[in-house]
Amino acid sequence: MEVTTKSMPYEAWKDNEYIENLVNELKSNGVNVIVGSFDKLINWGRSNSLWPLTFATSCCGIEFISLGAARYDMARFGWEVARSSPRQADFMMVAGTIVHRMAPVVRRLYDQLAEPKYVIATGGCAISGGPFKNSYHVVKGVGEIIPVDVYCPGCPPRPEAMIYAIMQLSRKIKVERFFGGVNRQEKQAEFLKNHPLDKMTD
Amino acid sequence: MANIQDTVARLFPEVEIVQGETLELNVPDAKWHSLAAVLKQELGFDNLTALIGMDWGELLGVVYYLTNTATNEIISAKVTTDNRKDPMLHSLTDLYAVAGIYEREVYDFYGIKFINHPDMRRLFLRNDWVGFPFRKDYDANPEINPVRLDHESVEDTSCTYVEGPDGKIEKKNTVIFSPEDFVVNIGPQHPATHGVLRLRTAVEGETIKKIDLYLGYIHRGIEKLCEGLGYPQTLHFTDRLDYLSAMINRHALCLCIEKAMNIEVPRRAQVIRVMMDELMRISSHLLAIGTFCMDLGATTMLFYPLRERETILDILERTCGARMTFNYNCIGGVIVDLDQNFVADVKKLLEIMPKAIKEYNKVFTGNVIAHNRMDGVGVLSKEDAISYNCTGPSGRASGWSCDVRKTHPYGIYSELDFEEVVRTEGDSMARFKARISEIEQSCKILSQLVDRIPEGDCCAKVPKIIKLPAGHWFQQVEACRGAFGVYIESTGTNQPLRMKFNSPGFCLAGAIDHLTRGEKIADLITIGGSLDYVVPDIDR
Amino acid sequence: MQDLSIITHWIDNLLRGTLNFPDWLTVITECVLIGVCLLLAYALLALFYIYFERKVCAAFQCRLGPNRVGPFGLLQAFADMFKILIKELISLNNTDKFLFGLAPFLVIIASMLGFAVLPWGNGLQVIDFNIGIFFLLAVSSIGVLGILLAGWSSNNKFTLIGALRSGAQMVSYELSIGLSVLTMVCFAGTMSVSGIVAQQENCWFIFSGHIPAIIAFLVYIVAGTAETNRGPFDLPEAESELTAGYHTEYSGIHFGFFYLAEYLNLFIIGGVAALLFFGGWMPFHIPGWDAFNGVMDYIPSVLWFLMKAVAVTFVMIWFKWTFPRLRIDQLLAFEWKYLLPINLFNLVLMVLIITFGLHF
Repeated sequence: MEVTTKSMPYEAWKDNEYIENLVNELKSNGVNVIVGSFDKLINWGRSNSLWPLTFATSCCGIEFISLGAARYDMARFGWEVARSSPRQADFMMVAGTIVHRMAPVVRRLYDQLAEPKYVIATGGCAISGGPFKNSYHVVKGVGEIIPVDVYCPGCPPRPEAMIYAIMQLSRKIKVERFFGGVNRQEKQAEFLKNHPLDKMTD
Repeated sequence: MANIQDTVARLFPEVEIVQGETLELNVPDAKWHSLAAVLKQELGFDNLTALIGMDWGELLGVVYYLTNTATNEIISAKVTTDNRKDPMLHSLTDLYAVAGIYEREVYDFYGIKFINHPDMRRLFLRNDWVGFPFRKDYDANPEINPVRLDHESVEDTSCTYVEGPDGKIEKKNTVIFSPEDFVVNIGPQHPATHGVLRLRTAVEGETIKKIDLYLGYIHRGIEKLCEGLGYPQTLHFTDRLDYLSAMINRHALCLCIEKAMNIEVPRRAQVIRVMMDELMRISSHLLAIGTFCMDLGATTMLFYPLRERETILDILERTCGARMTFNYNCIGGVIVDLDQNFVADVKKLLEIMPKAIKEYNKVFTGNVIAHNRMDGVGVLSKEDAISYNCTGPSGRASGWSCDVRKTHPYGIYSELDFEEVVRTEGDSMARFKARISEIEQSCKILSQLVDRIPEGDCCAKVPKIIKLPAGHWFQQVEACRGAFGVYIESTGTNQPLRMKFNSPGFCLAGAIDHLTRGEKIADLITIGGSLDYVVPDIDR
Repeated sequence: MQDLSIITHWIDNLLRGTLNFPDWLTVITECVLIGVCLLLAYALLALFYIYFERKVCAAFQCRLGPNRVGPFGLLQAFADMFKILIKELISLNNTDKFLFGLAPFLVIIASMLGFAVLPWGNGLQVIDFNIGIFFLLAVSSIGVLGILLAGWSSNNKFTLIGALRSGAQMVSYELSIGLSVLTMVCFAGTMSVSGIVAQQENCWFIFSGHIPAIIAFLVYIVAGTAETNRGPFDLPEAESELTAGYHTEYSGIHFGFFYLAEYLNLFIIGGVAALLFFGGWMPFHIPGWDAFNGVMDYIPSVLWFLMKAVAVTFVMIWFKWTFPRLRIDQLLAFEWKYLLPINLFNLVLMVLIITFGLHF
C-alpha cells in the first residue's frame, strides 16, 4: 500500500522513513476488507479536509496569510476554512515563537482542539526556539509542551514549504487507522502522560 | 539650546548638564519630577520619546529622551539610584501618558518601582516570575523559572506606591476591575488582535468600560540577548522585531552603530537603503490595509493588497533571497549589491501601484458601511497623540507632524522631495487614509531614485572586530508604524552594555485603553486594526 | 408544462391500490419517503452551497478555490462532511448539557420545516395549505431560539454576546421580512403557496407589481441576508470580534449542523424570494409569445425553481464577500429607522396600486 497524493509521484515522497515504517507496519498486520475500506473512506475525508486554527504569534503568521492569498492559495487543497474556535479546527500551525507566558495558552488551545487533532511546528522558533534559543523567556521548541506531528523548518518557512508540510501531514493521516492499529493517538496519550499539566486552574 | 541650559541651571543648580549627542541632564531623583514639569510646561518638551531602564552594575536608573514637538529638539536626562534592594524613582505618569506603560516595562525588567504610578504590576512576564531579568546579576538558571503549564492567576487588583507628606512611601492597593464588572477576555489567541495580545475588557452591554492590557505573550527578550552578542550578531534580531518593517529596523541599528563608529556609508548603499525602506513601507502598509479591512469583515479586500505585496516581495527576494527576514543591511552599507533586474522591477511596480490604489478606494474606501464603521471612531486628539507618543501614520492622522524623515532626516531623505502626510481628523478613517497616502508618497520617493542609483561600492570598509567607543547613542528612523528608536550604551568592548529598541507599537498599544473607552466592542477591532500594531514589536 | 404530481399520484395509487395498504400505513410510508427525499435534497443542497460559496468567493478574491479533491474540487465538500461526521463531540463541564445538545437540532429543524412548503416544482410540494407563507415565517423563527440557546448554554461570554446580538437582530429583521412578504401577499390575494405560484403564470410578480414589488424585493433580500446571519450582517458569528460567535463551543457534527443550517437558510431565503417575486417554479412567460413560452416550458419546473433560488443566493454571497460588517447599533438603526418606514410606506403604495388596478 502506497500513500498516494494527487499529482505527486510516489518517488518524490519516498524520503520520509517515518511514514514508510508506518505503512510497513500496516501491511504486516493485514486488514479486514470492510474495516479497511471504511478506514480508507474516513482517512480520505480527514486528509482532504484539514481546517487550520487561526493561530499565529509572529512572522510565520504573516507567511500563513500569504499562504491563503492569491499566489499560493491553500484553498486549492481545501485548507482555507480557517476556524477561529479551536473546537472546530483540525490542526494547529504553531507559527512563531512560543514564550513562557504563552506556553499554558498553547497547551490549552491544544487541549481544546477536537480529536483528531494535529500539530505542525512551523519555523525555527516553534521547532527549537530558533534564534531566540538562549533567551530567558523562550520555550525551546513547542515539542516540549504539545506533541508535534510535522516540523516545518525555515525562518519563516516559505509558503511553499508550508504547503509541503501540510501535505506531509495529510499523507500521515492517510496511513492512520480509525479502528485501532497504527494510530498516533497512543503516542499522544503517552506524551500527555509524560508532560502533565502542573495543576489545572478554573 | 542655550536657553534651556540657562533655565535649567537657574532653577535647578544641582543638575549636572553635559553637552553630548544631545543636551544631557544628570538629575537627582528628588528634583526630577519638578524639573520634568518645568521642561514640559515652560520649555515645550511635551513628548516623552523614550524611557530606557539601565543597570550600570552598581547604579540602577532610567534614561529619558524628551522631544519638543514644536522645534523638534531632543534632550536626554539620566536619573539613578544606588539602592539595588528596593530601588524607587518618581513617576512621570501625570505629565506624560505614555510613561504609564514605559515605567511598567522598566519595573518588569529592572524592579525599579515608580512612586505615584497608579498601576505597578509586571507587564511582560508572568506575575509569579522570580527575579528581574535585565539586571546584570539576574540568575538565568532555568530551574528558577521553568516552563510552567499552569495558568497564572488573574488579577483584578493592582498596587501603587504613594509618597506621604513626610516623605514616607506607602504601598496601596488599587482596583482594576470590581467584582460586578462583566469582563470579557479577548486574546491572546484571537483573530483580530494581530498576534498574541491580551485585552481584558470590561463591557456594559456592547459598550467598553475599561481595558486592561496584558503583554508579553511573545516577549522574546531580544534586548537582553543583544547584551551577550557582538554588534554584527545583534543585527538579525531587528528583522524579527517588527517583521513588517524589517529593513527599516535594521537600517536604524546600522545607523546607530555607524554613528558611534563614525563610518561613512557609500552613497550607493545609502540610496539602496532608502529604496529598500520605501519598498518595505509600501508592503507593510498594504498588509495593514488588508488586515484592517478583514477585521472589519471585508475579507475580499485582504486579498487585493496582498496581490501587490507579492510583487514587492518578489523584488526584495531577488536581491536579498528571502521574503520576510532579509538580513540585508549591514554595518557600513548593504550586504550584497542589487539584483540586475531591480530597476526594471521597481519601475513595473510603480506602474501598477496607482491603479491598485484606485481599486482599493473603489472597493473599500468609498463604501458607505466602511465610512460608518470608521468615521469618528477612536478619535485621538493631537495632544493625546503627543502625550501617548503615538507616532507614525497614527500620530500624523491626528495632526502631529512626527515623520522622522522630516524632523530628523537621516540617510538621503533630506535631498528627496516628498510630502509628509498629515491629516487632522484623528479617527480610524484618517489613519486608514493616511496609510494609503503614504503608499503614494513612497512611490514618489522610489520614482525619484529609481533612475539615479549611483555607481560605486555598496559597503564601506569596516574593521573585522567591531568595537564601539564608550558612550551612548540614540538613533530614530521612521518605521512603518512610527518612530523606531535604537539606544546603545557601550563600555568600549565589542558587546553593548545595553541595547534598547524603542518600538512604535509599544506606545500605540498603550493608547488602546484611552481610545476605546465608551466605544463598542466592534470599535475595539476597528481601532486596533487602524493603529496597526505588530505584537512582536510591542513585546520584543 | 409537465405536471410532476403524476409521480406522486402514481406512488399513492401503487401503495393504496396495487399493494393494498391500509390508510394509516400509506400515510406513514409516504411520510417516510418524503422525509428521505427531503433529507437527501437537504444534504445535497448543503454540499452544493459549501462548494459554490468557496468557488465564488475564490473567484472574487482572484484565487482558484478547491480544485484538488475530485474533478474541479467537486468532492471537497464531501470530504469536509465525512470529517465533520467523525470528529469528536466535546462535552463541556458547567453547561446545561440538554440545552447544549438541543440547540443545533432546533436550528436544523427550523430550516427543515421551511423546506416543506417550498414549491419545488409543478405538483412537487410537500404540504400545500392555505396559509403556507404564514407557516414559513413561523417556522423560520424557530431558528433564532436554537441560536439563543446555543449561546446561552455554552456558558461562554463570547457565545452569550453572539446570541444576544443574534436575538436582537433576528427579532428586528423578522419584521422587515414579514412586512415585505405581506406586501406581496396583498398583491397575490392569497397565502397559499400554490395559489401564489399559479397567479404568476403569465407574468412574475416582480414585473407585474413593478415599483412596490421591486422595493419589496430589495427590502426582502437585505432583511433575508440579515436573517441568515451572513455578511454584512454576520454579527452573531463575527469572526474577528467574537471568534466564532454563538457556536464557538460546538465541535464535530453539532457545529456541522450550524454550518449546514446557515446554507440551508440561505437557500430558503432564496427559494421564498423565487416564490414571491419570480414565480416559484413557473417558467418565464411573455404573454402573446407562444413559441417562446413553449420553449421555456421545456425546461423542467424543478430546474426553474432551483435556478431562481441559486441566482438570488448568489447575490447574497456576493454581498458577503464585498461589504464590511456593520456595527450592532448601526444594524438596528438601519432596520428601525430606514427599512421599517420604507416597508410600511411600500405596503400602502401596494394597496393603492391594487385598489386602482395600476398593475399589469
